[in-house]
Amino acid sequence: MKRFARRNPTIVIGAILLILVALAAIAAPWVTGDPQLLTPNDRLQSPNANYWLGTDHLGRDVYARTLHGARISLLVGLTVAALSVAIGLFIGLAAGYWRRVDTLVMRFMDGLMSIPAILLAIALVSLNKASVFIVIVAITIPEIPRVVRLVRSVVLTVREMPYIEAAVSGGSRGGKIVIRHILPSTVAPLIVQATYIAASAILIEAGLSFLGAGVPPEIPTWGNMIAQSRLFVARAPWTVFAPGTALALVILAVNLVGDGLRDFLDVRLARRM
Amino acid sequence: MEEPVLDVRDLRTHFFTQDGVTRAVDGLSFTIAPGETLGIVGESGCGKSVTALSILRLLPAGLGRTVGGSITFGGRDLLTLDEAEMRRIRGDRIAMVFQEPMTSLNPVLTVGEQIAEAVMIHQSKSKSEAWARAAEMLTLVRIPDAARRVHDYPHQFSGGMRQRVMIAIALSCHPQLLIADEPTTALDVTIQAQILKLMLELKGRIGAAILLITHDLGVVAETCQRVIVMYAGRKVEEAPVEELFDRPLHPYTRGLMGSIPRHRPGIAPSRRLQEIPGIVPNLRAPVAGCAFAPRCPQATPRCAAEAPPLRRDATGHEVSCWEASP
Repeated sequence: MKRFARRNPTIVIGAILLILVALAAIAAPWVTGDPQLLTPNDRLQSPNANYWLGTDHLGRDVYARTLHGARISLLVGLTVAALSVAIGLFIGLAAGYWRRVDTLVMRFMDGLMSIPAILLAIALVSLNKASVFIVIVAITIPEIPRVVRLVRSVVLTVREMPYIEAAVSGGSRGGKIVIRHILPSTVAPLIVQATYIAASAILIEAGLSFLGAGVPPEIPTWGNMIAQSRLFVARAPWTVFAPGTALALVILAVNLVGDGLRDFLDVRLARRM
Repeated sequence: MEEPVLDVRDLRTHFFTQDGVTRAVDGLSFTIAPGETLGIVGESGCGKSVTALSILRLLPAGLGRTVGGSITFGGRDLLTLDEAEMRRIRGDRIAMVFQEPMTSLNPVLTVGEQIAEAVMIHQSKSKSEAWARAAEMLTLVRIPDAARRVHDYPHQFSGGMRQRVMIAIALSCHPQLLIADEPTTALDVTIQAQILKLMLELKGRIGAAILLITHDLGVVAETCQRVIVMYAGRKVEEAPVEELFDRPLHPYTRGLMGSIPRHRPGIAPSRRLQEIPGIVPNLRAPVAGCAFAPRCPQATPRCAAEAPPLRRDATGHEVSCWEASP
């Protein structure tokens, strides 16, 4: 364990940060007050013993809101990563192995890739009622092609390996070859890709909320908090500083884990230490 | 004569490329008797491996196609079977060992999983039975401590051991025919001998016939009962192994044997190593006469004009040459 930490400091630092944020997010309802509670008398207070991170222009507790915001960010990050990997993996395996569906699927993916997540979210939100679910869908759709391309490229490499020919000569059927012989090779790059997708999903969600095209404003998210407080930055910088720092820290942590995993899982990078 | 395991008649496999049609195998016929070891020798590109892939119908899709002939196995023509029937034969009745033991095993699966997979596909066995079988097969190919090593990954085995694992997979369903495509080429010489010995021994135990594809006449001499010499997609000579080495008839066979370095201890090499002049003909252009004529020291005008038929003598020695008679 100690040796793992010494060899992979980025994974360990990132993971510790993420675990702390996750614990804070889970514990938020018990360790903080009501994030929605308006206390007009205590507006724009700087951090003090009552309000650890101060209050915003409506007198809401910034500490409570920041911790609650972590729940939305982590939820969006995890769900988008899981959904896009699950869907993309399935499509990518099929496109890579069965060449007949490949051209059609890949052109469709190129089309999906050209849709900006923000515009799609604005369109979806204007068609439906804004909700966390809509935001997740809007971010997931443009992420799928990135997974598909990754999986497909792995499949295209692996399917030409002699051990696949050997498996065919052993009488295995196509589906079995894909699942048993090719799928395992996609796991390492997918884990890495999933972390990057999670990081970018959290950022996009914050961006959407900031623009007012994301999570409804009554739900405390980091993007909403920054958006609502931006007029008061000069008087009460803590209202923007707290969610902004939290956002930067989480993205940093996810990317640290992703970079660390990439190096850790890459067999070509020999263990030099 | 006993019913052959495999009866290949007039096999023609062509590759359709942008530059034209390559006749990789052009009218090849041979049979293998049960329990027999038949060798196919020839230089690179003479159609040896394509013959093996044609039998298992594993030619690269859209590129290579068997355009004529028949491959009779177990009373049925393999070329007429549908894909599902073919899958039931592959790995079960006909198994294959490939040249590259380093890359023919999936690096992300344990060797036990890979042996058990073949067993589970073809024999309705439970997972635990298949794993027991995997350990048994590993013991059979002399991997020490097999019960523990079934859980190891291919990178934990040496090249020779991986080829043993490949043999274990190939023989796990007791096939009637084992096709070995250059099984020892990637191994060093001492390991080659071990692997060949092991294959022959297990063949006897399981009762399989072997089709051994190689470019190494030494391997053929040690292991085969009968040999086919291929050149440019055709059979130029076929004989029982001793007959072939005692009395090679085709100039190409003689050329191959002349190009083997011989080492006699204590005696300095007395002569320059013989080579066969020229290169293999372009298989895209149709050959009118004997394909070997341009490189042949004994070629006559007739050789270039007319293809020599295969002629056979009483001992079963066949040769396709105008100048040599069986």
